[in-house]
Amino acid sequence: MAQEPILTARGLVKRYGRVTALDRADFDLYPGEILAVIGDNGAGKSSMIKAISGAMTPDQGEIRLEGKRVHFRSPMEARKAGIETVYQNLALSPALSIADNMFLGREIRKPGIMGKWFRSLDRAAMEKQAREKLTELGLMTIQNINQAVETLSGGQRQGVAVARAAAFGSKVVIMDEPTAALGVKESRRVLELILDVRGRGLPIVLISHNMPHVFEVADRIHIHRLGRRLCIINPKDYTMSDAVAFMTGAKEPPREAIAA
Amino acid sequence: MGDSTTTAQPSQDFEKVLVDSSTEVASFDSHHKTPLQHLQHFLHSNPAAVPLIVLILSVIIFGVLLGGKFFSAFTMTLILQQMAIVGIVGAAQTLVILTAGIDLSVGAIMVLSSVVMGQFAFRYGVPPVLSVLCGLGVGALCGYINGTLVARMKLPPFIVTLGMWQIVLASNFLYSANETIRAQAIAADAPILQFFGQNFRIGNAVFTYGVVAMVLLVALLWYALNRTAWGRYVYAVGDDPEAAQLSGVNVKRMLISIYTLSGLICALAGWALIGRIGSVSPTAGQFANIESITAVVIGGISLFGGRGSIMGMLFGALIVGVFSLGLRLMGTDPQWTYLLIGLLIIIAVAIDQWIRKVAA
Repeated sequence: MAQEPILTARGLVKRYGRVTALDRADFDLYPGEILAVIGDNGAGKSSMIKAISGAMTPDQGEIRLEGKRVHFRSPMEARKAGIETVYQNLALSPALSIADNMFLGREIRKPGIMGKWFRSLDRAAMEKQAREKLTELGLMTIQNINQAVETLSGGQRQGVAVARAAAFGSKVVIMDEPTAALGVKESRRVLELILDVRGRGLPIVLISHNMPHVFEVADRIHIHRLGRRLCIINPKDYTMSDAVAFMTGAKEPPREAIAA
Repeated sequence: MGDSTTTAQPSQDFEKVLVDSSTEVASFDSHHKTPLQHLQHFLHSNPAAVPLIVLILSVIIFGVLLGGKFFSAFTMTLILQQMAIVGIVGAAQTLVILTAGIDLSVGAIMVLSSVVMGQFAFRYGVPPVLSVLCGLGVGALCGYINGTLVARMKLPPFIVTLGMWQIVLASNFLYSANETIRAQAIAADAPILQFFGQNFRIGNAVFTYGVVAMVLLVALLWYALNRTAWGRYVYAVGDDPEAAQLSGVNVKRMLISIYTLSGLICALAGWALIGRIGSVSPTAGQFANIESITAVVIGGISLFGGRGSIMGMLFGALIVGVFSLGLRLMGTDPQWTYLLIGLLIIIAVAIDQWIRKVAA
C-alpha cells in the first residue's frame, strides 16, 4: 500500500505474571479501511486492542498515531487523541439518557456565567447534537433523546454506542465484538452502520469472532496468534476455512502474507 | 440506513431472505402501552413522584383526622424543624447511596464533628468560628478516609462504614470524656455554635436557620446532581462503574470526592444539631444513620445505585416527620409509627424493583 498507516504498533509486549499476553505484537491500520482482527481465545487480541485504546499500558513497544509516538495511560487520553472505542459491554450507563450517555465525559457547558461559574450543562445543545448524530447514521427513529438507555433494545443500544464513537472519533474507531450479543437482523444493521462509518472516511478496527461478518465487511484481516501478529490476509484471496486454519495453527500462512 | 449507498450484502444464503423482512428494527416503542405501563414509565423518569404522592396523601389524611390541630402553619413548620437534621444527613446519605454505596457512619461523623466544635471552643479556647471550621474539617476527613478505603482499597462500603461508625463513635466518647457542654455556657461564650437553632416567624410559621440550611442544601445538591457534569458522573458511577470509567469518568476520584462531601455535610448536620438541642452532647443523634437511610429508601432512591432524586429523600424525610407527629397528636402508641415506617420501607423497595423492570 502506498499510503502511510494512520495507526501503527511495533513490538508490543505485555506480561501478566508468568503469562505473556502480547509477545512483540505488530499492528498497522491504514486510512479509510476496515481492518478485522481475529484470533483464537487467548491469542492476545483483546490485550492488543486495550493497548491501542488506552485501557492498558504495554510493558514494551511503541504505538504511533499518524507517525507520532503516543503513550496512552487511560481510555480518556486515547479519546482525546481521536481514537474512540465501542466496547463489547458498550460502556453505556443504563439509567442515563441517550444524550447524557453520548456526552458522558465530554459534556458541553452553557456559555457565559452560568457555565463558567455555576458549571451548568447546556442540555439543549447536547440534545441537538446527539439528535443530529443519530439522524446522520439513520438511527433517528428514536423519538425521545431523553429516554433512558435501559429502555432500548440491544440493537438500539449498540446503535447509540456506535453513534457516540462515530460522532467523536476523529481518527480511528475500534469496535470490539459489535455483533456478538445481537440477533440476525440487528447484526445486519450494525454491519451497515460500520460500512457507513467507513463511508465517512474513518478507519475501523473490528474485533470479531463471527467469520461471515468479518469476511463481509473487512478490507484486510489481521490474524493474531500466540500473542503476536501471524499474518495479514485479503478476504478476497482466502476462504473462511483458511482463516480459521491459520488462526488455530492448523495451516502455515503463506510467505507474502507474513511479510505484509 | 436503508437508502445508504454502502448497504452491506448478506454473505450467507440464509440471510438473503432478510430482504423481504420488515425493517423496523430501530423504531422505538410505538406499540400501545397499557395504563399500568404508562405509569411505570412515568415513575421511571420521575422517581420522586411516589414519595411526593404519599406525602401529600398523608398530610391530607392526618389533616382530615386531626383538623386544625394538625393542619396549621405552626404544626407544619414544627415537622420541618424536627426533620431538618435527618434531611441534612439524608442529603449526605443520598450522595453515597446514588453511587451504590451506603454510609453507616453518617450519624457518628455528625456527633464527632459537633463534639469537636464544642471541645475546641471550650477546652482549648479556640475562637468559635475557627472551631466550627475545625469540626467541618474533621467531618470531611472522616468522609475522605471512607472514600479512600472504598475507592482505592476496593473494600465494600458497608464494611468500611460499619467499621468507621464504631471507630468514630468510640473516638467521640474517648475524646469528649462523655462530657456534655451545657446550653447556657454555649449561649454565653460561643453563640455561633447555636446559630442554626435561631428562628424567625412568618405569622404562626416558625422557621429555624437549620430548616433553611437543609432546604438550601437540598436545592444546591439537586442543581449539582441534575445540571452539572459532576452530577451526571455521580449517577454514572452508581449505575455501572466500569462503563463510567471507560466513558472517561475518573471513578476513584469521584468516589473519594463524594464520600468526602458526605462527611462534610454530616459535619454541617453536627453544627445544626447543636442548634437543635442547644448543648453539645456526645450521646446525641444515635439513630441518624438509620433515619437517614429510611428517608432515602422511602424517597425512592435505589439502594443499588444510580437511580433516584434527592427531592425524593426530602419527601421521604417529610413523610417520616408527618407520620411521627401526626400519630403522636392522635395519641397512639409511638410503636405504631415505627410499624408504619417499616411498612413504607418495604413498599418503597418493592416499587423500586417494579420500576426497574421498565426495560423489559
